[in-house]
Amino acid sequence: MTHPDFLWADPSPKRGYDVVVIGAGGHGLATAYYLARNHGITNVAVLERGWLAGGNMARNTTIIRSNYLWDASAAIYEHSLKLWEGLSEELDYDILFSQRGVLNLAHSLPDVREGVRRVNANRLNGVDAEWLTPAEVKKLVPIINTSQELRYPVLGATFQPRAGIAKHDYVAWAFARAAHRLGVHLIQNCEVTGFLRDGDRVTGVETSRGTIEAARVALCAAGHTSVLAASLGFRLPLASHPLQALVSELLEQVLDTVVMSNAIHVYVSQAHKGELVMGAGVDAYNGYGQRGSFHVIESQMAAAVELFPIFARAHVLRTWAGIVDVSPDASPVLGLTPVEDVFVNCGWGTGGFKATPGAGWVYADTIAHGRPHPLAAPFALDRFTTGALVDEHGAAAVAH
Amino acid sequence: MSQPFRRVDGGRVDRGRTVTFQFDGTAYEAHPGDTLSSALLANGVRIVARGPYTGRPRGVYGIAAEEPNAFVQVDSGPGEPMVRATTLEVYDGLVARSLAGKGELRAEPDDSRYDKTWAHCDVLVVGAGPAGLAAAHAAAVTGARVILADERPSPGGDLLGGRAHLDGRPAMDWVADTHARLAALPEVRVLTRTTVTGFYDGNFLVAVQRRTEHLGLAAPAHVARQRLWHIRAGRVVLATGAHERPILFPDNDRPGIMLAAAAAGYAWRYGVLPGRRAVVAGAHDGALWAAVELVDAGVELAAVLDVRSLPEGQVHRALRDRGVVVSAGHGVVGTDADASGVLSAVWIARTDGEARRIPCDLLATSGGWNPAVHLYSQAGGRPVWSLDHAAFVPGDPVPSVWCVGAAAGTFDLADALAEGGEAGWQAAAATGEEPLPPATDSVSGTGAPAACWLTGPVDERADSVFVDLQRDATLRDVRRAVGAGMVSSEHVKRFTTAGTAADQGRTTGVTTVGILAGLLGLPVGAVGTTTYRPPYTPISFGLLAGRDRGRLLDPERRTPMHERHEAAGAVFEDVGQWKRPWYYPRPGEDLHRAVERECRAARESVAMMDVSTLGKIELRGPDVGEFLDRVYTNRFSTLRVGQCRYGVMCLADGMLFDDGVTARIAPDHYHLTTTTGNAAKVLDWLEEWLQTEWPSLRVSATSVTDQWAAVALVGPGSREVLSRLAPALDVSAAAFPFLTVRDATVAGIPARVFRISFTGELSYEINVPAWYGLALWDAVAAAGVTPYGTETMHVLRAEKGFIVAGQDTDGTVTPHDAGLGWAVSTAKHFIGQRSLTRTDTARADRKRLVGLLPADPLVVLAEGAQLVVDADAPTPVPMLGHVTSSYHSAALGRSFALALVAGGLTHRGETFYAVDSGRAHPVVVTDPVFYDAEGARRDG
Amino acid sequence: MLSVPCPWCGPRDETEFRYGGQAHVAYPDDPATLSDAEWAEYLFMHDNPKGWFAERWFHTAGCRRWFDVVRHTVTYAFEAPR
Repeated sequence: MTHPDFLWADPSPKRGYDVVVIGAGGHGLATAYYLARNHGITNVAVLERGWLAGGNMARNTTIIRSNYLWDASAAIYEHSLKLWEGLSEELDYDILFSQRGVLNLAHSLPDVREGVRRVNANRLNGVDAEWLTPAEVKKLVPIINTSQELRYPVLGATFQPRAGIAKHDYVAWAFARAAHRLGVHLIQNCEVTGFLRDGDRVTGVETSRGTIEAARVALCAAGHTSVLAASLGFRLPLASHPLQALVSELLEQVLDTVVMSNAIHVYVSQAHKGELVMGAGVDAYNGYGQRGSFHVIESQMAAAVELFPIFARAHVLRTWAGIVDVSPDASPVLGLTPVEDVFVNCGWGTGGFKATPGAGWVYADTIAHGRPHPLAAPFALDRFTTGALVDEHGAAAVAH
Repeated sequence: MSQPFRRVDGGRVDRGRTVTFQFDGTAYEAHPGDTLSSALLANGVRIVARGPYTGRPRGVYGIAAEEPNAFVQVDSGPGEPMVRATTLEVYDGLVARSLAGKGELRAEPDDSRYDKTWAHCDVLVVGAGPAGLAAAHAAAVTGARVILADERPSPGGDLLGGRAHLDGRPAMDWVADTHARLAALPEVRVLTRTTVTGFYDGNFLVAVQRRTEHLGLAAPAHVARQRLWHIRAGRVVLATGAHERPILFPDNDRPGIMLAAAAAGYAWRYGVLPGRRAVVAGAHDGALWAAVELVDAGVELAAVLDVRSLPEGQVHRALRDRGVVVSAGHGVVGTDADASGVLSAVWIARTDGEARRIPCDLLATSGGWNPAVHLYSQAGGRPVWSLDHAAFVPGDPVPSVWCVGAAAGTFDLADALAEGGEAGWQAAAATGEEPLPPATDSVSGTGAPAACWLTGPVDERADSVFVDLQRDATLRDVRRAVGAGMVSSEHVKRFTTAGTAADQGRTTGVTTVGILAGLLGLPVGAVGTTTYRPPYTPISFGLLAGRDRGRLLDPERRTPMHERHEAAGAVFEDVGQWKRPWYYPRPGEDLHRAVERECRAARESVAMMDVSTLGKIELRGPDVGEFLDRVYTNRFSTLRVGQCRYGVMCLADGMLFDDGVTARIAPDHYHLTTTTGNAAKVLDWLEEWLQTEWPSLRVSATSVTDQWAAVALVGPGSREVLSRLAPALDVSAAAFPFLTVRDATVAGIPARVFRISFTGELSYEINVPAWYGLALWDAVAAAGVTPYGTETMHVLRAEKGFIVAGQDTDGTVTPHDAGLGWAVSTAKHFIGQRSLTRTDTARADRKRLVGLLPADPLVVLAEGAQLVVDADAPTPVPMLGHVTSSYHSAALGRSFALALVAGGLTHRGETFYAVDSGRAHPVVVTDPVFYDAEGARRDG
Repeated sequence: MLSVPCPWCGPRDETEFRYGGQAHVAYPDDPATLSDAEWAEYLFMHDNPKGWFAERWFHTAGCRRWFDVVRHTVTYAFEAPR
């Protein structure tokens, strides 16, 4: 992989900006890029408390797909997937986007019903989707154990051929570079500690690097969004949880498809270099510690070895955790807030990475126009009052 | 000649025995006690790996867990990829081969046994070097429960094979005595070949114990190959030692270049000469002492370089006594290789001086020691840069954790022993007189170590200065990262991949930080290390899975009648953890034929089903009625004793959660049933409200799911069968009406019989104590009753429009949506009620339960088919809902389905299309009750 | 693997428990009198602090009792029982 000679500058903050985006993760960087590219708003700063894209963007398992059940979810994730398909070219940076397909395995008759339902909904929504029999699953991924003697045998799978993976760091760096080139300031080691207010309006932020004025403020801090909202005086329907993932050492290629099994908590792909990249289930408790509990990894490995007996000899090389902001319906919160000129993009839970370009696009539009982008409208905060949830959690039970 | 680099004597190998192993297809000999790396060096094998991208040859570099190069594929025994040769104990018949940074997964399953165990202790000591042994001993003599874990085959740490003395005797005598004393104490456990890999919250540590790998092909199959320890420790002493780091220079990757203490270690611990003619290059006293060890072992020292210029000290005198003069202010500026790529000469120079070429076959380099702060970091500690140590050392203390010895930057043996003893004593919370550490013959230090990362013309040759040997990452890559604007060590790690390989950058991680600090013009401490994450060394997936494989992946729940179902040839369905009969095919029958026959039996004569899996909760207390009124949407306080009622439960969000029949057994005693999958969740739910919101309600809830076995006796013939089985029970419709419960003796068994129906037919659910379940089943079956499974149950209930929570509902469905508005009381409060009046939840056009009749009566719609008005519309095609249940009905002689459709029965009679896999079937919306709408069959 | 201080059973491994989220979210006395927004606050808008957090645990595989603890959401340390 040859990276460009220059990626982004490390400027000191100016006195003020038209838009201050809080959080230089994938979503924050994409938002800044599309603010500049689509809306000509280049007087933008992205503030990052640590190192750029060092939060969930550096910690996810890089799966990209759009095969969500509900119309609103399918629309925004499919919008995102279409952007992914042109992103290397758009950003002039090889982000190692690989449309190797994603399987979601079914292990029970309810899983089968849910899978068929989702495949049909996807197809009618214009999202590519197929239902595969166990034999078809075996043909696609020969190392999967499809024996019907398994404790929870594979009874079939949904398959999205256009889904896949990309290299998370490169995606962040590509957006950062493109945003920087359009004049956006990327400011690292700059933690937001408070907000400047003028009546009901917010006029800027207090940071560890001084006061920065802002005409508009866009929250984009994933697991930390609740903390920011709390200092603005409103609450969000979020709980921040550790979500663990791990990699193996480099191994000769054995798996060229992404495989997910929500029922037994396995999702795995083999990255370009050769390491197996796997995610675990969400740890039960609220936590900002970027670490989870060991038993979660153990049960995940048990399921993995059962499904992929060939994995038994692989080694866990490194484990880590991100902080996922989970909403009650496992769908994002994207749009306006009770505070004027403050916008929110959070609640992506385990699905944030795949949404990166789509969320950035839609959020930038929402910020630029001061009203929800049509794709964002179903994800407004007021759905928790009206009851119009987009319940990917209860209905589809497929996360990540 | 066999083992040409084996010394005549010395080392901790068993020279009396010889084993044979293969490496890269060639057979070699070694001795028990060798590691693969010492055995390869003894045999003069210099090339043990290749760079993954450059293909450059690489040799053994370290001696323990820090090894960056010698990762091999083991093909003998169960086989394993990416095994560190420096910790792989050689055995007779070992077959291994070199790799280029990437392992291979063998296709056949690993049937080795992997176990797990759990332990508690007062004090866990990690590392059985001098400091760890002293700590364990000091803690153990107080009577504390102590676990001492060490990754090597025997305790001793860096004393192993060394020449130090303690209390005037060889240090290994003290090690052996201490080990023996510890082993003799009842509360002490010494775990060797055990690597503590992770430090988790609450002093929870995980360790990997390698139990049989060193036995090789002779390993007994009944002993677990590895065991995963889960240790909850009161206090933890980290005596994890330190990792040697190199100095980098152009062409620093050639076989023959290794860490200095590692080279000396091979000579003394294994009796192997790592080379015959050596250059030693260092930046601290330890490198010079390694030179002493090498020359005493018989290695010719061609040059000893120190980047520092120090006044003469003890080590200089020791070297001069051996005829060696230290070249002060000198460093390595380059290396040469022979045709195979192996080191043939070293170029050395004083800063800005002219380079001199020195032929040699070993370059031993040491830039200092990095305390192994990995577990300390995992525990929440933050390493800080110490100028005195030229290393990151533990910073602020972590509560109940002590770092001692080299892990704390205490490299002096006497100090490490004292520090270890003190920590062990404190960790055991002991009082009184602490045991004294043994007396040492420590040498005095000469000068402080230098923070030296690079020597030679590294700027000009940046692409041959390797900062990560296993990833082939170079100084050029680091410079490019900085040039691209990166200022964080995390970014540089990701950009260059340095530190991400199987060795996790143990030798050069800090070096990379040091280089980065130089490029950025920052102090090393300001750049900081990347985060150390578990595991310390890799753990196999198979060990993490342990015994949770095959049927033990998840417990399998079976009813008391399970063996009869098996004998009857039932095909089973997983429902939660339960195994439930799905259908009972007779010879020649498929699912469809079997279900058709089972349905006919239930509708036309008499059939039976094992319903033991239904969740059953016993509620007792004077306030149960009031409690159930709050929990269920409908009222239960008015239920009379002996009566049953169907109830619906919502979560607070108003969505249907569970349903089932509840009976009042006595004024203060209710028997509640749940769906099979929700039993535990419902019990939790009830207890949560009872304990956290309504503790004043006098109600107790107990799961009795496993205490009762139950058989549903279904069909027009069921009354007659029951009357024969329970002659004392008046089964007449008048005496035993619908929705009542009776205690009775059925087939001689005390039973509780419910007259309820999930099929629309006359039916009874006979509950008996679980241990009578099999007898009851046999008795009912003996009456000539046809058994049926869950599929037939689904057909029968769907014909009647009865929903299954979780199939016809999905967490977005209210009771009204599910057609259960009749069961929702408006005259009382219940959980979830408030949610039902929210603007969206109260919408009239919500998706509601309907029936569907396919235009083609032979087409059984796919469950999950989506409903549309116009199947040919361009995408996105608006969807009205989906098919939730769909079957062929023997009774109707056609297919039918249940569905959730926006607007529900306002569409009655309209035709939609059910789309599945691109095929669209016309369907007509109907009432969801297809069979016996007037309910005439319920009473037989 | 947290060590959860059950007030009845003593410290036990996390796997014996079910997590219950924020403590002290009282069920409204009369939900019918609440506005939709007030009801949403009860249902969905819970505290999610970075720091000390009063939360509930349920000892499912032990004494089956709910209890409150105060835990730090960064260090995961439990406040010493009072």
